[in-house]
Amino acid sequence: MRGLLARPAALANGQLLHILNYMVQYQPHFDVSFAALSDATRRGVLEQLVQSDASITQLADRFGMTLTGMKKHVSVLEQAGLVATRKVGRVRTCRLGARALADEAAWIERYRQRWAERFNALDTIVEELRQQEEADGHDTGE
Amino acid sequence: MDTTRANDPAEIKDGTTTERTSDRELVVTRTFNAPVHLVFKAWTTPDLLMRWWAPESFGINLVSCEADARTGGRYRFAFDVPGQSEPVAFFGTYLDVTPLKRLVWTNEETDDGSVTTVTFEERDGKTHLVLHDRYPSKDALDAALASESTGAFPEQFDQLDVVLASAD
Repeated sequence: MRGLLARPAALANGQLLHILNYMVQYQPHFDVSFAALSDATRRGVLEQLVQSDASITQLADRFGMTLTGMKKHVSVLEQAGLVATRKVGRVRTCRLGARALADEAAWIERYRQRWAERFNALDTIVEELRQQEEADGHDTGE
Repeated sequence: MDTTRANDPAEIKDGTTTERTSDRELVVTRTFNAPVHLVFKAWTTPDLLMRWWAPESFGINLVSCEADARTGGRYRFAFDVPGQSEPVAFFGTYLDVTPLKRLVWTNEETDDGSVTTVTFEERDGKTHLVLHDRYPSKDALDAALASESTGAFPEQFDQLDVVLASAD
């Protein structure tokens, strides 16, 4: 899959909640994620990363914490797959991890399924109308 | 690298295909084994809409359905959602109703809802339907897809908010 490349440049405000809800329903190890999310700072970090990638230093500044403190939070998020980090030179950059990026293909498949379910129900109705019409003995409508 | 077929979103399973045709647009297609006047009737008659718009698998009950399927007419669907005391309403305006050919409506329950266009075409006694959802922005479509995936309503996100907040 396209993974990170498919990440919307700027997720809409509140979209994190969509992602979390998606995880609640569809991700197998939600307990780990839940523990990771049971902390306001860590949720704040995720919200921040939804907006843009950031270094640990930037996150520490942003949340008024020590580097060590922020590293611990990021580590918890990383273990839960919610954040991915990459070290370039002396800077460790954080971005949303694979599990936080609900896969767009899965979203579209779910959207398709919902229409498919509707249309299967519609099949039944249309078939009923067709039989009714045949019974009434006129082939065409108005 | 490009194995388009393996993850082709338009893959046919039960005849319903979906494709994201642009940042802002989704297209759904389906063929019905009936002439167009019957399919169109099922899309424009409230009593019939009631019976298929929210099939059992959705887990929500359509409790009322008003649909004045004329150009400029309004519609309003109200659903009972588990855990919600008040029904959740979906509503909007029919921008265009061309009998047996085309339906266009707005989705006004959110500020950045899509405009939905459905076209009907009869071929050999079957009806080929194309549904086209166009959102005002890429973000709006992304957010709608995310909520569609969860089958959730905004109120449920509020509930999640409460759960997460109390876990502090």
